[in-house]
Amino acid sequence: MSGLLGPILIIVWKDLLLELRSKDLVVSIVVFGLVVVVVFNFALNNTPGRSAELAPGILWSAFAFSAVLGMNRAFVRDQEQGGLEGLLISPISRDAIFLGKALTSLIFMLLVEAALLPVYAVMLDFSVLSWSLMLTIFLGTLGFAVVGTLFSAIAVQTRSREIMLPVLFFPVLLPVIIAAVEASTRAVGGVTFIGLGRWLPLIVVFDALFLVICPWVFSFVVEE
Amino acid sequence: MTTQPTEAILTRGLAKSFDEWPVLWNLDLSVPWGQSLVLFGANGTGKTTLLRILATHVWADHGTVAVAGHNLRTNPEYARRKIGVVGHRSLLYDDLTCRENLVYYSRLFGLKNHKSRVEEVLETVKLRDRADFRVRTFSNGMQKRASIARAILHRPDVLLLDEPETGLDRESVSILGELLSEWTDSGRSVVMTTHDLDLGMNWGTRVGVLRGGKINFPDEKLTACGSKSHDNQIRQAVTDSLEATG
Amino acid sequence: MASTHSVEHSRGIQFLNLKIALALITGVLMLMNIYFIFMIAPTDAVLGHVQRVFYFHVPIAIMSFLAFFLVFIASLMYLFKRSTRWDSFAHASAEVGVIFVTLALITGIIWARPVWNTWWTWEPRLTTTLILWLIYVAYLMVRSYAPTQSKGAIYAAVVGIIGFVDVPIVYYSVVWWRSIHPSPVVGPFAQSDALDGTMALILLYSLVTFVFFFAYIVMERMELKTSEESLGRIRFALRKRGQ
Repeated sequence: MSGLLGPILIIVWKDLLLELRSKDLVVSIVVFGLVVVVVFNFALNNTPGRSAELAPGILWSAFAFSAVLGMNRAFVRDQEQGGLEGLLISPISRDAIFLGKALTSLIFMLLVEAALLPVYAVMLDFSVLSWSLMLTIFLGTLGFAVVGTLFSAIAVQTRSREIMLPVLFFPVLLPVIIAAVEASTRAVGGVTFIGLGRWLPLIVVFDALFLVICPWVFSFVVEE
Repeated sequence: MTTQPTEAILTRGLAKSFDEWPVLWNLDLSVPWGQSLVLFGANGTGKTTLLRILATHVWADHGTVAVAGHNLRTNPEYARRKIGVVGHRSLLYDDLTCRENLVYYSRLFGLKNHKSRVEEVLETVKLRDRADFRVRTFSNGMQKRASIARAILHRPDVLLLDEPETGLDRESVSILGELLSEWTDSGRSVVMTTHDLDLGMNWGTRVGVLRGGKINFPDEKLTACGSKSHDNQIRQAVTDSLEATG
Repeated sequence: MASTHSVEHSRGIQFLNLKIALALITGVLMLMNIYFIFMIAPTDAVLGHVQRVFYFHVPIAIMSFLAFFLVFIASLMYLFKRSTRWDSFAHASAEVGVIFVTLALITGIIWARPVWNTWWTWEPRLTTTLILWLIYVAYLMVRSYAPTQSKGAIYAAVVGIIGFVDVPIVYYSVVWWRSIHPSPVVGPFAQSDALDGTMALILLYSLVTFVFFFAYIVMERMELKTSEESLGRIRFALRKRGQ
């Protein structure tokens, strides 16, 4: 276990350090997240009465778009001077590389969401102080990070990569988005875990399934 | 030096093609300990591919490769600990300092006492005074030296250099030359590709020309005499085979 | 060398014979199928002639699901065996599958208009079919946007596996979603699943026809891909000689 955890933490440490140097990723995505909410507010004509109904949808649309934007850059720094190649010729397993990159993306996205959530709560008029909402956000974001990391590793090597990632990402993550919106609607309405029904288990099944498949296929994607 | 296997590098029937296009086929190569093999070859003859296969970065389609006695397919992680790679790209992160990069790699390789080891290699490539600057601010020569420091960090037994002369200033050339002669003297091996005939003749204890997916050794008959007086003949042979390729 | 060449050659002839046989069978089956659908099948009492699109829609939709299942299997095999045969099979199945799923969507829309009184509804099967279409269009895009063909084959295989595993999750999420957000449109829905004996028989026959049709097109596509590869090889050899 420590054979896997050690390299994962080293990769995360490296990526966090790089992000700390430039701060461009997290900050720019937070700003983007704010823009998205403003646009949706007017596009959907959000009035106080409809807020509870529309807020979860807007929330998850903003999160999903932010995730894609962020994941697009997940491997860019590793591509510049061959950092990914450096990882591949190091004596660590490919699973560790994948999980390290996925954990980094998860941390970045949770940071972005933590910054956006209070603002959304005020703008869209809902309460974020709910454990079931927190859990939904965590599990949904985990799904985004796992599948997004894999697709990002593919997209970064293709032509027109900025478009390739969302084209791959959204159809596959549709179940997570549907389930997260439904679970959040109930969570915002003050429902406890049990009230979330099948939606949370659906996300858990998705996450678990792809946490097994993605590291395995990742090795095929990065090796030549 | 642990040198239980007799050969530093041993390949048998190595073949690699990209999209059905053969680059290497049926390549047998053995590099004994203490040898510095310099490979010449026109562009597109597969020099870089061969090095990338030896570096475990690219899988061969057929054939076996063993580095320091470890089969690359069955035992890649052991082999990786024995291999140091200097390629066209530095494999470093531009926005980390040189020292941070080295600490990062030493932890990936699981080195004990990595602090002192990092200082050691910084000294070897003479980058101590710039160790805490970001790699982005380095000149090409310094980036190459930093890359060399990264490659030798984990005390590999086999060093793979892909056209190391590109971007090297005079100081770096002498640093690398010193490193290489010490390297082979202590019984470790080097495989290097280059376009620079003089440099290659200087640094190599054996020269080969990659052509038609195979390696020819123009010095095969000449090395028997074992003296540098045959330098010119070898040079001529290398130039001839390079031209024949074109 | 010569012997392997002749083996290849005779295998090629076998393949060609199989293909011609398949083409003939498919042609006959398809002509009869069209005759059955338009001449024999009774006209639906409520929906009229438009109901006949159903004999195309259902087999095409089933075949597209089968195509993506085959892509999944071939993708797994390709990742394990790295043989280009599996890759070209996956590629051919995916391309034919995308065409079939497009046809399924179009015939579905034609069908939905009289049955559900709307061109489009976010009904689970229809929605899942749409998502399938999106995933496998992405599959083809990834393949052609990859830096090299072999990388494209691997990326496509990965998408082929992930996409197929995702389908049931998509389906259930939409079914559950539908159960909370019921469709506001209700048309003369009940008739659609009441089939009389002749109708069921013709549907079954049509399905068999489309199985042959699918097999034939996939074979044709695989052969085309082989030709494309040989052409590329010849072009490369010529360019090398020209240098």
